[in-house]
Amino acid sequence: MDEVFLQALLLTDSTIRLATPLVLAALAGLFAERSGVVDIGLEGKMLGAAFAAASTAAVTGSAWLGLAAAIGFSIFLAMVHGFACITHRGNQVVSGMALNIMVAGLGPTLAEAWFRQGGRTPLLGEDARFEPIVLPFADELRGVPVLGPIYAEVISNHNILVYVMAAAVVVVAWVVYRTRFGLRLRAVGENPSAVDTAGISVAWMRYKALVVTGLLCGIAGTYLSIAHNASFIRDMTAGKGYLALAALIFGKWRPVPALFACFLFAFTDAVQIRLQGVPLPLIGPVPTQAIQALPYLATVLLLAGFVGRAVAPKAIGQPYVKER
Amino acid sequence: MAARSGELPGWVNLGLLPLLNLAAAFLVSGLIVLFLGENPLEAVRLLIFGAFGYAEAIGYTLFYATSFIFTGLAVAIAFHCGLFNIGGEGQAYVGGLGVTLVGLYLGWLPWLLVVPLAILAAAVFGGFWAFIPGWLQARRGSHVVITTIMFNFLAAALMTYLLVNVLIAPGQQIPESETLPQSAWLPQMHEVMAALGIEIARSPLNLSFLFALICCVLVWLFVWHTRYGYALRVVGQNETAAVYGGISPARQIMLAMTISGALAGFVALNMILGAQHRLTLDFTGGFGFVGIAVALMGRNHPVGIILASLLFGALYQGGSELSFDMPALSRDLVVVIQGLVILFAGALEHMFRPYLEALFARPAPAEAVA
Repeated sequence: MDEVFLQALLLTDSTIRLATPLVLAALAGLFAERSGVVDIGLEGKMLGAAFAAASTAAVTGSAWLGLAAAIGFSIFLAMVHGFACITHRGNQVVSGMALNIMVAGLGPTLAEAWFRQGGRTPLLGEDARFEPIVLPFADELRGVPVLGPIYAEVISNHNILVYVMAAAVVVVAWVVYRTRFGLRLRAVGENPSAVDTAGISVAWMRYKALVVTGLLCGIAGTYLSIAHNASFIRDMTAGKGYLALAALIFGKWRPVPALFACFLFAFTDAVQIRLQGVPLPLIGPVPTQAIQALPYLATVLLLAGFVGRAVAPKAIGQPYVKER
Repeated sequence: MAARSGELPGWVNLGLLPLLNLAAAFLVSGLIVLFLGENPLEAVRLLIFGAFGYAEAIGYTLFYATSFIFTGLAVAIAFHCGLFNIGGEGQAYVGGLGVTLVGLYLGWLPWLLVVPLAILAAAVFGGFWAFIPGWLQARRGSHVVITTIMFNFLAAALMTYLLVNVLIAPGQQIPESETLPQSAWLPQMHEVMAALGIEIARSPLNLSFLFALICCVLVWLFVWHTRYGYALRVVGQNETAAVYGGISPARQIMLAMTISGALAGFVALNMILGAQHRLTLDFTGGFGFVGIAVALMGRNHPVGIILASLLFGALYQGGSELSFDMPALSRDLVVVIQGLVILFAGALEHMFRPYLEALFARPAPAEAVA
C-alpha cells in the first residue's frame, strides 16, 4: 500500500513538473488565438526564451535576469509576429512557422558563437537557476499520515515558476472572463468589426494580446532551460509548443479545460517515462512511442469531431481590414 | 493565399518584389553575421564558392536542391487549392517507409521493375499520410494546418517505433534498416556520366534530380492545363464559385492533399534510393519545412520552385562549407536564413508592395475609373 501511494505521489509530482511549460504556453496561445491571431509560433517563442534565459543566466549568474531576458526576447518575437500578421496582414501560419524555424537556428548559432560548446550553453550552477523551494513546515509535517507526504512531495519542493504557473491559471481565467480587457479580447476574436464599431482599435487589442502571449511563453521557456534543466540544448522544446497548442484546442480555447488537457498530456508523458520496458498486465510491454503519440492522436480525433467538437474563435486567422 | 496581383506590371510582381523580399532577408542575415564578428561580404564569397566553386560542390548543391524541388512542389500544389500543407516532413518520412519496404522485400526484382515500384510506393505512402488530413478537412472540417502538424508527430512516433523494433538491421545498435540491395539503388550522376564516357566529380547527386525536373513539368501541365488542375485552382481562389460551377471542393481538397503528399514522399527517392541506401532516423532533416520557403519564394510556380530550390541547395551546401572557414558561423546559420526568407517572402510579402505600387502602378484605364 505504502509503495503504491509513494509511486502515485512521485507520478503526480513529475506530472506537475512536465505540465508547467505546457500550461504556460497553452495560456499564452489562448491570448493570441482568442484575439483572432493564429499562433503556431509558441514553440519558437519558448525555444527563443529558453536560450535567452540560459545564456543570460550563464553570463550574469542571475536567474532573475535570465527570466527578464527570456520575457523580453519572447515579446520581441511576438511583436514580429504581430507586425507581419496585424500590420501587414500577412499569413499567420507562415509567420509563425518562419519564427519557429528562425529561432531553431538562432539559438544554436549564438550559443556556438558565444560559448563554443557545440550549440549549447554552459551548465548553470545553483545560483543561476530557479531552485526548488521548500514550503514552510514541509519537513515537520512529513510524518502526518497521507496529507504530510502529499504536502511535502507534491505541493512543496517545486521551483517558483511552478507556483507562477498555478497562479497564472487563476489570473488568466479571471482576466479573460471577468475584466473589460478580457471581454474585448474575446470580442475581437469573434467579431472584430463590432469591436471596431465600438471605437476600440482592433490592431491595438491584438498587439496587447500578443504581448501577454510573449510574456507567458517567456516564462515557459525560462522554466525549461534554467529551472527544469540547467542549460539550453538544441531543440530542447521538442514539440512542446505544438503540444500546448493541441492542449489549447483540446480545451476548446478555455483556460481551465486547457489546464486539464495539459495535465492529461503531461501525465501520459510521465507514465511513458516510467513504463519504459515495463510489461503491463494483460497488454504486455507498451511501446513508448504509442504513448507519446496519444496526445496528437487525441487532438486529431477531437478536431475531426469524433470526440466532442472544438469550435475556434470565429475571426481566427483572418486579418482585419477596416472598412474604407 | 493567392498573390494579389494588384495593378503591378508582371515583372515587378513576379521578379522585383520577391527579389526585394529576399534582399531584406539577406540584409538581416548579414547583420547577424556582422553581430557574430565576421565580415558578411567575405561570408557570402565563401558561401558561393562552397556551393558552386568546384565540381563536387555543384553536385551536392543540386543533390540538396532535388529534395527541395519535391517538397516545394508539394507545398505549392496544396497552396493552389488554398491549403497549407505543413506536413511535408511527415509525408516524406512515411514515403521513406514505402521505399524501404519495396527495397527490402522486392529488391530481388530487376532494376527496371524495382525503381518504378519504389516510386509508386513513395507516392502511395506519402500520399496516404496527406490524404487523411485532406479527408478530415474536406469531410469533417478539421483544419489542415493543425492536423498536418499532428501528423508530423504521429509519423515521427510511428517511424521511430518501426525503426527501433521492426526494421532495425539484425545485430545493430543504431536504429537503421539494413542496406537495400543494389538493384534498388538509383544510379548516381557520376556513375551515369562515367557510363557515357564523361568524367564528373563524385557526389550523391543521382537520377532523382531528373525525376524532380520531370515532376516540375508534370505539375505545370496538371495545374494549368488539365480540368482537374483548373478545378483545384478555382477551389483555392473561391470555394463558393467552385460550388456554383459544379466543382466539389471536398474532392479537390482530397486530391490536392494526396498529390502534395505523394510529391513530398519522393524526397525518399533522393535520400534513400539515391544517397544513403537505407532508412535512418530523421532522414528528412527538415526538408519538408524548407519546402514552405521554396514554394513561397518560387511563387508556387515550377520554374520559380526550381530557382528557389537552387538557392536553398546552395545555402545548405555553401553553409556547411562556410562553417569550416568561419568557425563563428555554425551550420545552424543556414536555418536562421531559411526562417528569415520565409518571414520576408511569405509573411511580410506585402510589406514593400505599397511603395512599389506608388512607383510602378499603371494608371487605371479611363472606363474603369468611370
